[in-house]
Amino acid sequence: MNIVVCTKQVPDSAATLKVDERSNVSWGDAPLVVNPWDEYAIEEAIRLKEKHGGKITVLSIGPDQVKEALKTAVAMGCDEAIQLWDTAFDGSDALGISLVLANAIQKIGSIDAVLLGKQAIDGDTGLIGPALARRLGWSQLTYVAKIREIDPGGKTITVERLLEEGRQILSSTLPAVITVVKEINEPRYPSFMGIRKASKLQVPAWTAADLGVEAGRVGRGVASVTWTRIYAPPPREGNVEIVTGDTPEAIAATLVDKLLAEKVI
Amino acid sequence: MSNHILVWIENFKGHAAAISHEALGVARSIAEGGSVTAAVFGPNAEALAKEAITLGADNAMICDDASLAEFRPEPTVALLAKIAKDSNADVILFGASTRGRELTGALAVELNAAAIADVTAVERKDGRLVTTRPVYAGKLLATVVPASQPVIFTTRSRAFPKPEADAARSGNVTRVAPVLSEDAITSKAVEFVTEGEGEVSLGDARIIVSGGRGVGGPDGFKPVAELAKMLGGALGASRAAVDAGWIPYVYQVGQTGRTVSPDLYIACGISGAIQHQAGMRTSKLIVAINTDAEAPIFKLARYGIVGDLFKIVPALTAEFKKRLSR
Repeated sequence: MNIVVCTKQVPDSAATLKVDERSNVSWGDAPLVVNPWDEYAIEEAIRLKEKHGGKITVLSIGPDQVKEALKTAVAMGCDEAIQLWDTAFDGSDALGISLVLANAIQKIGSIDAVLLGKQAIDGDTGLIGPALARRLGWSQLTYVAKIREIDPGGKTITVERLLEEGRQILSSTLPAVITVVKEINEPRYPSFMGIRKASKLQVPAWTAADLGVEAGRVGRGVASVTWTRIYAPPPREGNVEIVTGDTPEAIAATLVDKLLAEKVI
Repeated sequence: MSNHILVWIENFKGHAAAISHEALGVARSIAEGGSVTAAVFGPNAEALAKEAITLGADNAMICDDASLAEFRPEPTVALLAKIAKDSNADVILFGASTRGRELTGALAVELNAAAIADVTAVERKDGRLVTTRPVYAGKLLATVVPASQPVIFTTRSRAFPKPEADAARSGNVTRVAPVLSEDAITSKAVEFVTEGEGEVSLGDARIIVSGGRGVGGPDGFKPVAELAKMLGGALGASRAAVDAGWIPYVYQVGQTGRTVSPDLYIACGISGAIQHQAGMRTSKLIVAINTDAEAPIFKLARYGIVGDLFKIVPALTAEFKKRLSR
């Protein structure tokens, strides 16, 4: 089966973020990494390939630096990588991003499944997976914690989705767009062979023209939302008061007094 | 400008999600003389529609067709898109649950709409919506304004109050037909396996008691869970405890788990890594119990206890039991 993984390059989750008065976000020396949620998507794609054969193509939208994220995916076990970039894409909203990805997936052709993390850890919107499913008109399977069965020949799939009250078991048809949660697997580290392969990899870049994306449908100029300001939240001042006492019971009694007085119980 | 706001009332086993009622309150607050319609699909739609009207909706559109009995994105998106178009909705609101979020992405494409996820504050300025949403797991905040209409946004759990019910309110409930017939829907709901039934869910919880690396193993969660139960709260965990296999992932609070916002968060044996803080820093009051006085969690906490959670937590449970007469 042929799989596409869409990944986003993001600042490492441990990064200390800074934002200036013009809403420019910086993260010091922290590395840019593959969106952690997407690592689960990459791993699941590799496991599907190991079982069913086929090819995995990884896509990422962004300037040349995203090639590093794409190479990481290839080092883990993806077969091919394509950078999607055109200055016309800059500032695109979810509608624009999903359009670029959908056109790229259609250009590759003969894809059975697209995998993504449930959201990216920078924007945290979770919009792209479902938007992409709708653009392609494919089955929408989000928050997937397990692929129970998949039959690329019969074009069927059954998944467990992690919802608030538990697991919904949904069966559907391929092709499908699948977003995954952490529970689905444990992503592998890139192998030595994989790193060698990735280091030699030539990553093609597809532009708006290559993708048949009209300039008037993507980019900041037509974005349906405007981010007017990004800022740090007011610092949380815990002003911690350490509760002490001679015995655990005495400490507990003092703390309970305080919590009842705070009216949070 | 006349506003028409559509609110999707999420429901499971015949009960509406609290987050949808919070969204209803938000709709009322930004309607400015416009109307608010509740869209309720599912087996108990009529009763839930009447409930939504007492909580602020002016009217409701319901569908209790069998094809919408179990939630699936395709038929839900198709029907919501039709209702939104037919009624010229300016704003469509969802609670930022898993279902609400996935509907938002799909509906945005369907309606060519502006989509804003996980809103924690919203106001109207000169008629325009101005929203606030956390980014980078809440390490930063963003002001996001829609540049076109319609606008779809999701409201974050517990970021807005649940509106007061007013039994005197009344409104029309209109039954609508589904858009997709069962044969036109590719997905089939096979079954639903509920987890932790009877437990309080993390997203809705007013009180959360969480355990981290300091609990030492699966058994170490017992006193933590007992305190949570005594307080009528939810049990949570740090990533370290989940990754160690001591407790299932569904309990994880933090950047790669759930983001929570309870009135009281008691962190037991949690050091407070930046990723954990991202998931709980909007809690109203934080209590930290840790043997390490230098643990970063104490910087967020209002009250701290430097000590052994295996002594402190059972003592707290016993004290609460006495004081709350439970």
